[in-house]
Amino acid sequence: MNNFQYSRASDVADAIRLLAADPGAKLIAGGTNLIDLMKENVERPSRLIDISRLPLRDIEETADGGLRIGALVPNSDLAYHPLIEQRYPLLASAILAGASAQLRNMASVGGNLMQRTRCAYFYDTTTPCNKRSPGTGCSARDGLNRNHAILGTSTSCIATNPSDMSVALAALGALVHIAGRTGERTIALTDFHRLPGDTPHLDTNLGSGEIITAIELPPHGFARNYSYLKIRDRLSYAFALVSVAAALELEGNAISEARLALGGVAHKPWRSPEAEAALRGQAATADHFGRAADLLLQGATARSHNGFKIELARRAVVRALIQATSATPQSQVHKKIA
Amino acid sequence: MNAYVGTPTSRVDGRAKVTGAAKYAGEFTAEGLVHGFVVEATIPRGRIVRLDTREALKVAGVLDVLTHANRPSLADNDEAWKDEVAPEGSPFRPLYDDLIRFNGQPIALVVAEEWETAKFAATLVRIDYEQDGFATDLEGERGSAREMDKPHKPRGDAKAALSAAPVRHEADYLIPTEHHNPMELYATTTVWESDGKLTVYDKTQGVQNVQKFLCGVFDKKPEEIRVLSPYVGGAFGSGLRPQYQVVLATLAALALKRSVRVVLSRQQMYGLGYRPMTIEHVALGARPDGTLDAVSHEAIAVTSRYEDFSRNDAGWAEQLYKSPNSHSSHKLVDLDVSTPCDMRAPGAATGVLALECAMDELAVALKLDPIELRLKCYSDRDQSEDLPYTSKQLRECYACGAEAFGWARRTRAPRSMRDGKELVGWGMATGVWEALQMPVAARILLTANGHAEVSCAASDIGTGTYTIVAQVAADALGLPIENITVRLADSTLPQAPVEGGSWMAASSAHAVLAAAEEIRQELARLAKAMPGSPLANLDAADATLVDGMIASDGKDGAAVSIADVLRHSGRERIEKEKLNQFAEDKSHARNTHSAVFAEVKVDEELGVIRVTRVVSAVAAGRILNTKTGRSQIMGSVVWGIGMALHEETVMDHRFGRIMNANIAEYHIPVNADIHDIDVIFVDEPDSRINRMGIKGLGEIGIVGVPAAIANAVYHATGKRIRRFPITLDKLLD
Repeated sequence: MNNFQYSRASDVADAIRLLAADPGAKLIAGGTNLIDLMKENVERPSRLIDISRLPLRDIEETADGGLRIGALVPNSDLAYHPLIEQRYPLLASAILAGASAQLRNMASVGGNLMQRTRCAYFYDTTTPCNKRSPGTGCSARDGLNRNHAILGTSTSCIATNPSDMSVALAALGALVHIAGRTGERTIALTDFHRLPGDTPHLDTNLGSGEIITAIELPPHGFARNYSYLKIRDRLSYAFALVSVAAALELEGNAISEARLALGGVAHKPWRSPEAEAALRGQAATADHFGRAADLLLQGATARSHNGFKIELARRAVVRALIQATSATPQSQVHKKIA
Repeated sequence: MNAYVGTPTSRVDGRAKVTGAAKYAGEFTAEGLVHGFVVEATIPRGRIVRLDTREALKVAGVLDVLTHANRPSLADNDEAWKDEVAPEGSPFRPLYDDLIRFNGQPIALVVAEEWETAKFAATLVRIDYEQDGFATDLEGERGSAREMDKPHKPRGDAKAALSAAPVRHEADYLIPTEHHNPMELYATTTVWESDGKLTVYDKTQGVQNVQKFLCGVFDKKPEEIRVLSPYVGGAFGSGLRPQYQVVLATLAALALKRSVRVVLSRQQMYGLGYRPMTIEHVALGARPDGTLDAVSHEAIAVTSRYEDFSRNDAGWAEQLYKSPNSHSSHKLVDLDVSTPCDMRAPGAATGVLALECAMDELAVALKLDPIELRLKCYSDRDQSEDLPYTSKQLRECYACGAEAFGWARRTRAPRSMRDGKELVGWGMATGVWEALQMPVAARILLTANGHAEVSCAASDIGTGTYTIVAQVAADALGLPIENITVRLADSTLPQAPVEGGSWMAASSAHAVLAAAEEIRQELARLAKAMPGSPLANLDAADATLVDGMIASDGKDGAAVSIADVLRHSGRERIEKEKLNQFAEDKSHARNTHSAVFAEVKVDEELGVIRVTRVVSAVAAGRILNTKTGRSQIMGSVVWGIGMALHEETVMDHRFGRIMNANIAEYHIPVNADIHDIDVIFVDEPDSRINRMGIKGLGEIGIVGVPAAIANAVYHATGKRIRRFPITLDKLLD
């Protein structure tokens, strides 16, 4: 861990000013990922700007019937909030599938969007990694890549985004509210995280000097037919090998609206308009789910150790859609897969 | 009189532990205590050509950076560096020279007023290496495996019998490297006393081993170094040998003449302390009725280039099962890694995993029930030595375990049992471990107020030694357990070896018994001599200590309180120290056994595995404390589940580096992975092994568990996974 300065931001504008004044500064809220990375010398900020006391902890209804969630709402508060439990249970479920109770208590919503990959080479400063040290090469491509991406990869990077919450937010069509020196802007969550391309050191499209202020959920929460299915190497407290956020709007057995997002397979939550379009207007059957899964996984490629993820993801998508259809979402308490 | 022995007595140190009153090695403090942080090598093999500490030394609060170039004197011969459990070879010497022998090797110690300062300054130490070619991959280097010096003597001609056997099974089983992850990190606080002597609080399983080692390494007299380890937060073999942090903390204390604490980080724990990766090649030949003709077991394990670490992986088959022909061998592959170390049931946990999976495969080939096959090969004698056992209730373990598990309801065909979308599998395996006993002495100080202090240098590594020592002492002295104080793990106390191998229960109990016997005789002598003593005619052999009295076993029922005896004899206390004595007996084999039954449920499409039930039936002689004993076995079962499904140290052989050196990525079971665990202690009276019939627990609890789970996974899915751990990707088509 390096030596760093510490400042406490008095309001959002102050945080933006502090960021602008010190290009090596980082914002800190719960610190559940940043402090880990600092301990490993992966992140070496010159200054920590503590935003944890800013008034960004409200969950309020928006004019159009959606919800606006302050960036500093703790993950657990969000998961157990009555409006989330009732109207966006997919989001609650995804959050509870992640980390541990202690980490969820500390982690903020904004911080969850900013968490960095768990690629072992990214964490080990003695090995080449384009994400940590651009231009040094990707150790994972021909190394230990069992946990790595199968979609949207590049020759520079095959890391995955580790968030569960973001996968549900992607499926729900959430928006990210951002403030910066030039004012405020809003982007879709699906445009917030980036694919690695040849700039894998950039995880997101958050500009330097910008701060996430809120997440906005659109009115439609898919509260009846949804499931978040996370497949991992032990039954709790492990990152996803593959996870699926599935949400359906059903009229009888016909699908009128479908959302599918995959976690653990790419540098960002993975959605496919083609896969969702292929479900719309179809009967909710395993055959149609399988076709949608194939479309979602179109272009998937494996390296030496992660080939199993392609078939696993396909099966998980089908199962999650079956769970969603039957309104028997995967429990995050009872680990038996429904 | 057994008021306490054999009962579910709660831990006497339980309150201290849960309230935080129990202090661990890294929690002791001293005036002017400073902190050391370790700088590790980042290459597996080579030489340090430049080690630049200037930037680190500039940091305010940094006192020194110790390296091979500026350190105080360290012993220059292997003998001094060999501790009581060191394997053959030349032990690793931290900060000794410029050679790099393994990735993660300590190469500098930054010492600062504050721990954070030391940790930060450690990042500023610049090192240039000259890298040498290296090898860290066991499978890649399998061809260079060399036989250990002492191969087991073969029985018959296993090779010929195998090729002639009507039914054969032969396969490789691969068990990966597994790292120790006790809750307590390796830690040492070395206190520089005003007279220049050292008091060393160390995370160790043997304070006298560490004390002797430090005296050798630093050329000190025994009275100059005292080592204590009053509480240990889990060790399981990781603290058997003195680890490098005790050398570094003591080196820094000597260099600075100050008290120094060194605590390794969790990541640094992966630089040492692991179960070696092992390839287990097992071949079994049988007749159609299930009798074995031949067993052959060859283990190929990792060791370092500087020490030969080898354990008994391959010898269990030929001991356990009746077979006229047997062969076993243990081979080592030298790699550029640190020396492996003992980890719960070393050798057996891995070797029996392979053997019991192979037995299951053979049962399938023979179309026999797995228990039936084991009963066909059952032996009442140790097959390797052709000796009877002091006791062996394995047959009862099979019967009790099967009954409790409901084994009779198992349908034999793979994939024949299911529960909704999950395939259900039932598997079983045998467990075996040694029943060892070592020389241990205990001292009892009995005071006139009816209080006794029992002391011994043995460590309680979390297993419950404090409690069983108190139980045995309370019964032997006829006192309530509240009146017993136990002092352990101080090198100045009566002798004890490292606590390991499940030998400390029998060893310490008999030391206490021996010292209590001396006390009893002394009391009898004093009681007889009391003026007008009701015990004037007492024969010492007939005296019993009970309820704070010394009583005659004779018809008159005469008794005198211990307090009166001491008062009348003008004594305030009686103190006796005694070494335990075990009768030499080479005519019997001594082992513990178990039968383990496991139920798994496997999602048919997704491969997700849940271990929903485990029944472990254990025959381990007299169980001193059924509560702590049960905890021992349950903990071992949890570990066995991890061994089957989770634990694996992953190394990138291009860098020779461990890539999951943390407990987020190195998986052990979490609560969600653990369901019903039923522990059965099978009655196993054993009057031959030692006076109390104690065999010891702990290690036996893990042996067989991973095999039972692997066999259950096969029964559920029809897939035989021989590369551990069994992760779900291995079950997908």
